Amino acid sequence: MLRITDLFAKVEEKDILKSLSLTIKPGEVHAIMGPNGAGKSTLGNVLSGRAGYEVTGGTVEFNGKDLFELEIEERAREGLFLAFQYPVEIPGVSNMEFLKASVDAKRKHHGQPELSAVEFMKLARETSKRVSLDPTFLKRGVNEGFSGGEKKRNEIMQMMLLEPSLCILDETDSGLDIDALQVVANGVNEMRSPDRSFIVVTHYQRLLDYIVPDYVHVLANGRIVKTGGKELALELEEKGYAWLEEEAV
Amino acid sequence: MSEQVEELIRKEYAAGFSTDIISETLPPGLNEDVIRFISGKKNEPDWLLEWRLKAYHAWLEMTEPEWAHVKYDDIDFQKVSFYSAPKSMDDKPKSLAEVDPELLRTYEKLGIPLHEQAALAGVAMDVVFDSVSVVTTFREKLLEVGVIFCSISEAVHKYPELVKKYIGSVVPQKDNYYAALNCAVFSDGSFVYIPKGVRCPMELSTYFRINEQNTGQFERTLIIADEGSHVSYLEGCTAPMRDENQLHAAVVELIALDNAEIKYSTVQNWYPGNEEGKGGIYNFVTKRGVCHTNAKISWTQVETGSAVTWKYPSCILRGDNSVGEFYSVALTNNYQQADTGTKMIHIGKNTRSTIISKGISAGKSSNAYRGLVRMNPGADGARNYTQCDSLLIGDKCGAHTFPYIESRNPSAVIEHEATTSKVSDDQLFLCQQRGLDAEKAVSMIVNGFCREVFKELPMEFAVEAGKLLEVSLEGSVG
Repeated sequence: MLRITDLFAKVEEKDILKSLSLTIKPGEVHAIMGPNGAGKSTLGNVLSGRAGYEVTGGTVEFNGKDLFELEIEERAREGLFLAFQYPVEIPGVSNMEFLKASVDAKRKHHGQPELSAVEFMKLARETSKRVSLDPTFLKRGVNEGFSGGEKKRNEIMQMMLLEPSLCILDETDSGLDIDALQVVANGVNEMRSPDRSFIVVTHYQRLLDYIVPDYVHVLANGRIVKTGGKELALELEEKGYAWLEEEAV
Repeated sequence: MSEQVEELIRKEYAAGFSTDIISETLPPGLNEDVIRFISGKKNEPDWLLEWRLKAYHAWLEMTEPEWAHVKYDDIDFQKVSFYSAPKSMDDKPKSLAEVDPELLRTYEKLGIPLHEQAALAGVAMDVVFDSVSVVTTFREKLLEVGVIFCSISEAVHKYPELVKKYIGSVVPQKDNYYAALNCAVFSDGSFVYIPKGVRCPMELSTYFRINEQNTGQFERTLIIADEGSHVSYLEGCTAPMRDENQLHAAVVELIALDNAEIKYSTVQNWYPGNEEGKGGIYNFVTKRGVCHTNAKISWTQVETGSAVTWKYPSCILRGDNSVGEFYSVALTNNYQQADTGTKMIHIGKNTRSTIISKGISAGKSSNAYRGLVRMNPGADGARNYTQCDSLLIGDKCGAHTFPYIESRNPSAVIEHEATTSKVSDDQLFLCQQRGLDAEKAVSMIVNGFCREVFKELPMEFAVEAGKLLEVSLEGSVG
């Protein structure tokens, strides 16, 4: 699914990722944890191709393709999805219009016909219910005036509609109350399947009570310093990151 | 849908072709003889010739306005031809069958079928080619309910008392430099009269086309909505791509008598010049309407074309309880410059006005909103709400807002809101991360920004306007 080898990346002339390697197989859920400033969010942004993140070394293979050869939108159409920590608003553009354009772009890329407006509306309504978002949100501007929790549920709805093969959740739990967290986690769990993988970036162990990972990695000083099973998350909760950061220097 | 969109984005200025026909074109230059020629060509009554000459002499004494936030080389009026008409129009074709097929093909190419059976359902068209009106459709059908829709040249002969009473009544001859010039040399344009209590059964529309080189277009439109009547009027305009700048100086006057309502929509797509800023239309236009008691005038404009735009569709709210509205989207790209806005003059009691202006600047363009809200001493309880939003794409363009507020009545309420935003990298990234390419993303964001204005446009025009924005934004990202 995804093979990251010796990845180096810079943001504003500062080295953030330093020789990061990670392999993810289909169906796996990988949690990435680590202290602030370790490069957790950078990883998602580099993989999705955001401007301002400069790759200075290493390779990433995504579903057999060289990821860095693909434009941002091509990566998305190939099945890479990033759920944002802070989803932006696009005033005046209806959620429905935005979602349909996204889904159509992906379908077209894969040689499938576009959905009719009626088909799509039905699909979107059903999907919004799966994330407990009232269908009236489909008519509103993208994230326009949404609460923090509503924005995150909107992200999960987009993920469900686009059916990506690799989902990267960038601190999706930040700013969520426990109810919203459960909705988000249920959405993710529903989507788990043998041919879909997840990278769950989080600062806290809490989210991992709901989305149980196959692997937990600790990212410190720009690379993965420790890998374990789900029990590693509990250990980190108890002991903090300091002991690992010392090891990582 | 998205394939269409992609095709549109690839397209350059689609209306940029020219029609190869034999025209009768006056040699460049302006003097009394030119005015006499134009008037004579139309067989005008003496009063109108006198009126033109009076305006001409006033114009000679006037100077070009320099307050607008636009820069362009001085116009040499002796190099402009003030009249050009297809030779075939000399025969005064009585019906579509008699019109030169080459002319009709021009409109077909522009997507405007003129044969009534093929025409957009419910839209009657007057088409003006350079200095003359070529044809007006559905005239008989409209006359059945008493609605007059014809060229202004024809109205001068058929309805002289209406023309004489109202021409220049809203925009006086000496109103401004370009209005005075228009009064002197205006060639054709549309005339509309809606009788008392009639709701016009069709949308009325005029399509303006400049074709000939070195020619200016100076059309004049006069719309009179009698008491309690209602009309919705649309205008569109295009011109061929040429290296020289061409002048378009129009005057539009609207009269909404008691309880009448006029909705006037414009999609302006004059040739904007090329990527280096060469060529394009100078669009210097005066549009104004007067509202009598309980009347309403609503201006909606989508301005994407022209090298330089200088235009302020305005409302004089003379009668009590009258309403003025101005909804505007002005988009500039490459080297285009726009200085546009409105004037709302509140005279009557409890008059209300709304101004929603959306300016979008891309490339190296400059886009200014300029608006005046004036509350006269008698305008008790008058209200205005103004919202001016600017959107910047890239970092080489400019957006400016010049609001003027004059309140001479303490009971008047004026609200003004203004925002400036950029198409943010975060918004673009969100769209691209969801699989949309950058061009599509920008056009979607811009369309969202304009939504409040687009919803005021008649249905067919709203779709057109959205597409037009996408084409006009071509090359603004990346």
